[in-house]
Amino acid sequence: MAEVTLKDVRKVYPGGVEAVKGVSFDVPDGHFCVMVGPSGCGKSTLLRMIAGVETITSGEIRIGERIVNEIEPSERDIAMVFQNYALYPHMRVYDNMAYGLRNRKTPKDEIDRRVREAARILEIDALLDRKPRQLSGGQRQRVAMGRAIVRRPKVFLFDEPLSNLDAKLRITTRVEIKKLQKALGTTSVYVTHDQLEAMTLADMLVVMNAGRVEQIGAPLAVYERPATTFVATFIGAPAMNLLKMGGAEPALLLDNASVPAEGAIIGIRPEDFAIGAGDTAPAGGVALPLTVGAVEKVGPESFVYGTLDRGDNVIVRLPGQHAPAPGERAVAIAAREKLHIFSVDGQQRL
Amino acid sequence: MEKRSAFNHRFLPYALLVPQLAITVVFFYWPAIQAVWQSFLLQDAFGLSTAFIWLDNYRDLFSQPDYYQTIVTTLVFSGGVAVLSLSLALLLAVQADKQLSGAGVYRTLLIWPYAVAPAVAGVLWAFMFQPSLGVIARILRDDLGIDWNPLLNSDHAMIMVVLAAVWKQISYNFLFFLAGLQAIPKSVIEAAAIDGARPARRFWTITFPLLSPTMFFLIVVNIVYAFFDTLGLIDAMTAGGPGKATETLVYKVYADGRLGGDLGGSAAQSVILMIIVIALTAIQFRYVEKKVTY
Ligand SMILES: Nc1ncnc2c1ncn2[C@@H]1O[C@H](COP(=O)(O)OP(=O)(O)O)[C@@H](O)[C@H]1O
Ligand SMILES: [Mg+2]
Repeated sequence: MAEVTLKDVRKVYPGGVEAVKGVSFDVPDGHFCVMVGPSGCGKSTLLRMIAGVETITSGEIRIGERIVNEIEPSERDIAMVFQNYALYPHMRVYDNMAYGLRNRKTPKDEIDRRVREAARILEIDALLDRKPRQLSGGQRQRVAMGRAIVRRPKVFLFDEPLSNLDAKLRITTRVEIKKLQKALGTTSVYVTHDQLEAMTLADMLVVMNAGRVEQIGAPLAVYERPATTFVATFIGAPAMNLLKMGGAEPALLLDNASVPAEGAIIGIRPEDFAIGAGDTAPAGGVALPLTVGAVEKVGPESFVYGTLDRGDNVIVRLPGQHAPAPGERAVAIAAREKLHIFSVDGQQRL
Repeated sequence: MEKRSAFNHRFLPYALLVPQLAITVVFFYWPAIQAVWQSFLLQDAFGLSTAFIWLDNYRDLFSQPDYYQTIVTTLVFSGGVAVLSLSLALLLAVQADKQLSGAGVYRTLLIWPYAVAPAVAGVLWAFMFQPSLGVIARILRDDLGIDWNPLLNSDHAMIMVVLAAVWKQISYNFLFFLAGLQAIPKSVIEAAAIDGARPARRFWTITFPLLSPTMFFLIVVNIVYAFFDTLGLIDAMTAGGPGKATETLVYKVYADGRLGGDLGGSAAQSVILMIIVIALTAIQFRYVEKKVTY
């Protein structure tokens, strides 16, 4: 049990790529922290620095009370699940799980007890004598999990552990990881590029972009109050509609709102729109006339792709199967409290 | 349009194979058959008369204590060469795999010895170890106080040919080990580090077992090399001497047949060697197909 603290952590790879540009945050003991961001934004690099398999260019990483910058991965008392699982191909499943305990000179019967217990929890008891190549992707993933939990480390690190699984298995495994982490109460740092995975797993969400932290917070808080347009479009699917408005336009549209003279970006989530008949906006909200381009009905909900009269493309998400037909004119309506207003450069929430 | 139409000629495939087959027949099967035939014959020293004597050449061979001595010498020599060249090459490959900067230069330097002709390498090493003139011989004598003389001392001669043979073979082994090391996913090694294994333990419990297919392949290749490809080297350095201290099986074939004129006995020896190569190759194929460990 331990908290993980990052203080202005930087990573410059030999060759000059600055993959992590000064990141600070603090994962409280027992929390499930998810770092989410597009591919190449430095998530894995950051996680690997916490694990100790990548050197830290500058800054400080603490696990519990210890500064671990100069401490070997073998001494950090952490466990990591890799994207490709990184199982030892020449060892049986049993030995894969026992390896870390043997390295720490754990007594034989204790090893046996712990491996069998982990195998029972993960339902891989029947596979203990197999080699990794004799396992399916999902089974390998479980072995990788088993190898992490038998050690009872201070911290779990996960680098996109579900990305090699098929869609169905990804969802069930996601639920299991969450349950397991809650049951064990082990501090965890989890990396993914999938916002849905991030939203469902995290106690604490860290949204990253291009080597920097964009926003930190509880998943729903981030969803409800994204700090930048990057976070606004990255979290939530389909992405938030952004309407760039210059000069006096936002003030007119929103009547009364305090918007800087140079304009603003107005964000509206597809699910916060409704399709109205007339063009009367709710008090302080917006009513945007549009022409329907395409409609997707997926059963429980429908997506309307339209072009606003002012030129922008928008997506409207409607519950059920009732939606205007392509070619029709309609009005998208959103209430005032559903509007997100950002500075023109997208870097600030107003 | 049938893509295959170009190959519709019935004989073209065979015609295309002819050059390769001809080379194999002329340079391998024909001499091999000749050797087997020759090994059943007894020829006088001037080549004037021959007699067919069935297995007498083989019987002769196995009744000579010399032949057993040569077998022992060959085993010592091959064992020494294989163990030394494999372990040194592995050590160098592990170093090269670690540090990526400057690896290019390092690799090139290590590969050079492979391009040197065996006889040239032999002369080079013999010269360095030459008791009165050689650089290394002088260091051994003046700085380390060893009475170095490979021309008289058979242990010294053996050490010298082993070292030269090892030097020639290291580059080959190095390249295969390096390729083998680079084929091991980095994440597996990292996982072991996170699992609490320090570098030495990581090497022996993860890297080394994962290299075992490469290792096995190289053991066979190195034994074949030490058995058969070191003739030029030995001839240039010691000519099998002093006495017969560095006379290996292959060198004996050459010495008895070419220098001693015993064509039948020499042919019998080469047939035995041929059987050894075939056996080694068969083992090789068997195990490479089974991928050895995992
Ligand atoms: N070993 C490396 N050497 C040089 N650059 C690297 C190395 N590993 C990653 N990078 C670069 O660092 C950036 C961040 O990579 P990474 O942390 O893997 O991103 P993510 O996991 O978020 O997709 C990328 O631009 C990538 O090209
Ligand atoms: Mg990554």
